[in-house]
Amino acid sequence: MIEKNVKIINNAGLHTRPAATIVKIAAKYKSDFYINKDGLSINGKSIIGVMTLAAAKGSDLVLTFEGEDEHEIAEDILSYFNRGFDEL
Amino acid sequence: MIMKKTNVLKGIATAPGITIAKAFLYRKEIESISSEEINDIAEAQISLKEAIEKSKKELGKIFELAVKKLGEKRAAIFEAQMMILEDNILIDTLLNRIDKEKKAPEYIVHDEITKYQNLMNASTEFYMKERSQDIEDIKNRIIRNLKNKKWKSKIDNDVIVVSENVTPADTVLFTRANVKGYITNFGGITSHAAILARSLRIPAVLGVHEATAKIEDNDLIILDGYHGEIIINPTEKQVEYYQDKIERLATFDTELLTLRDEPAVTIDGQKYIIQANLDVNEEIEFVIQNGAHGIGLVRTEQLYNVLENFPDEETQFKEYCDLANKLYPHSVTIRAFDIGGDKVLPLDLKEPNPMLGWRGIRFLLDHQNLFKTQIKAILRASVNQNVKFMIPMVSSIAEVNKTKMLIDECKKELEEKGLKFNPNMEFGIMIEVPSAALMIRDFGKCVSFFSVGTNDLIQYLLAVDRGNEIVSSSYQEFHPAVIRALEFMVHEAKITNTPMNICGEMAADHYAVPIIIGLGFHALSVNASEIPYIKKIINNLSFKECRVLVKECLKLTTEDEIKSRILKFYKERFTEFVDKIFENNNR
Repeated sequence: MIEKNVKIINNAGLHTRPAATIVKIAAKYKSDFYINKDGLSINGKSIIGVMTLAAAKGSDLVLTFEGEDEHEIAEDILSYFNRGFDEL
Repeated sequence: MIMKKTNVLKGIATAPGITIAKAFLYRKEIESISSEEINDIAEAQISLKEAIEKSKKELGKIFELAVKKLGEKRAAIFEAQMMILEDNILIDTLLNRIDKEKKAPEYIVHDEITKYQNLMNASTEFYMKERSQDIEDIKNRIIRNLKNKKWKSKIDNDVIVVSENVTPADTVLFTRANVKGYITNFGGITSHAAILARSLRIPAVLGVHEATAKIEDNDLIILDGYHGEIIINPTEKQVEYYQDKIERLATFDTELLTLRDEPAVTIDGQKYIIQANLDVNEEIEFVIQNGAHGIGLVRTEQLYNVLENFPDEETQFKEYCDLANKLYPHSVTIRAFDIGGDKVLPLDLKEPNPMLGWRGIRFLLDHQNLFKTQIKAILRASVNQNVKFMIPMVSSIAEVNKTKMLIDECKKELEEKGLKFNPNMEFGIMIEVPSAALMIRDFGKCVSFFSVGTNDLIQYLLAVDRGNEIVSSSYQEFHPAVIRALEFMVHEAKITNTPMNICGEMAADHYAVPIIIGLGFHALSVNASEIPYIKKIINNLSFKECRVLVKECLKLTTEDEIKSRILKFYKERFTEFVDKIFENNNR
């Protein structure tokens, strides 16, 4: 299992569009992917779940990946977070 | 009076126009959901899958239509809903729960999705509650389809829709059915439904408390969007009266459109600038078609409203540029997001008194990143010199100074990036808070123009919440204090020679035109559909006579006296078209 800390860096935060993109990226992989915030653990492959996260700019999240392609999915998802959801 | 009062209901005049059509009751309430145990698990699971498929199809249609009617960005609200219907994690959870708990699928759907909504509602992020509403929409749609209840998504054509309230999805659906009008129990002139009704030019009366209780399907309805009145099952006489009125209005409208390229000039040669207020960009063609001399007020919070969150700099830049280019060489005055109060959902919905709370410039100064993003987008759109910028709800000089500092910071940041803008872009403020009105001569030294927002000014001056239907009769545009305050404001603005225009609903009130002229305003910004009327009135007025009228009104002490004085003024001057104008007036 891989565990990574990330920070939301774009101004608008984790709004609907990035939420949708995260789910789309995650769908390409077999591994399980969870987003943890303030004690809440959300399945990163579920749009309704990700939409529930009110993550404004500066929020800290913990991402966990587990499965046969956990390295690939971790890299892909982290890169999207670090690019500020392509909104920088 | 021709009207038989018993079949008349009053509401808020929301979108102008008169319609006579059959009523269509749009019911959305969900019937009770049973938590009883079920026998056939497999069947329940199949029904759930079918209901989701059906919901997808419905939503797909709405989405397609939304793109056509509202453009891709505005339609994005529906795309997120679509993705939820394709959320396999959610669907698997639902199917598993049916299997384990042996409960009806509608119970499981309700229970599971409500869990997410509760999380959203608990959030302090202001957009999360709106998001929860979107999810409510989806939840209800699935449940409705599960219950196999014939949901009337196929509305009959050419009807007046009567509903408790109207969601964005509903509004879009209605436009397809060529809906002739809207009546709702709740909602006011700034609700989403109201704005769409106006931009699509569908007459509407909202806030009619008993509408759904008193009106039945297929009742014949006369909807008068000018007066905010509806007549249920009118008498032959009433129908005749209104049909005649509709015809005369149509002829008059054609006549008025010939005024399009004419200037607005009084008999004694005073020239006026008549601009349009813009709610949604879709209105722009209509604005141009009606001969507006530019846009006096762009309500940018609409961008927020339809995009669900604050659009980034590029998105805003494109929207503002588009407006500036289409209106060139006329000017476009862009108002910063007016969030809070009755506009859009504020961050904290539980403000005890939102109208006196965190709204307008107060909200913006607390969200400097968001504010600066907007300022930069507006600055960049100002490159052809025809864009002005103003801020809402100003109550102190400090707010102006802080904003000016931010504008300077934005200019520096744009320069560093090598982006072009107009370094002398005009910056002005809305005058809608009494404290600002009292300090106009001081504000005049730090801004380039004033725009009087009468809606809020009147509400704060008279301490009447204009959105509150219970006290709406105390909201008096012609209250003597309103006229006196405006007289004072125009006088104070002259001291520093700062231009002052007027952009509230009052400017569009035909009764008020001679008053506004007589007070000394030279620029009015009104709903685009009112422009030809206002021009027609001004072209028949004399400034000198209007001034005399205002001086007389300044001595009067009740709204009734002032109103009858204005009516007398009109009757003495234009017998030939006074009837047409006033039939059409909502006061």
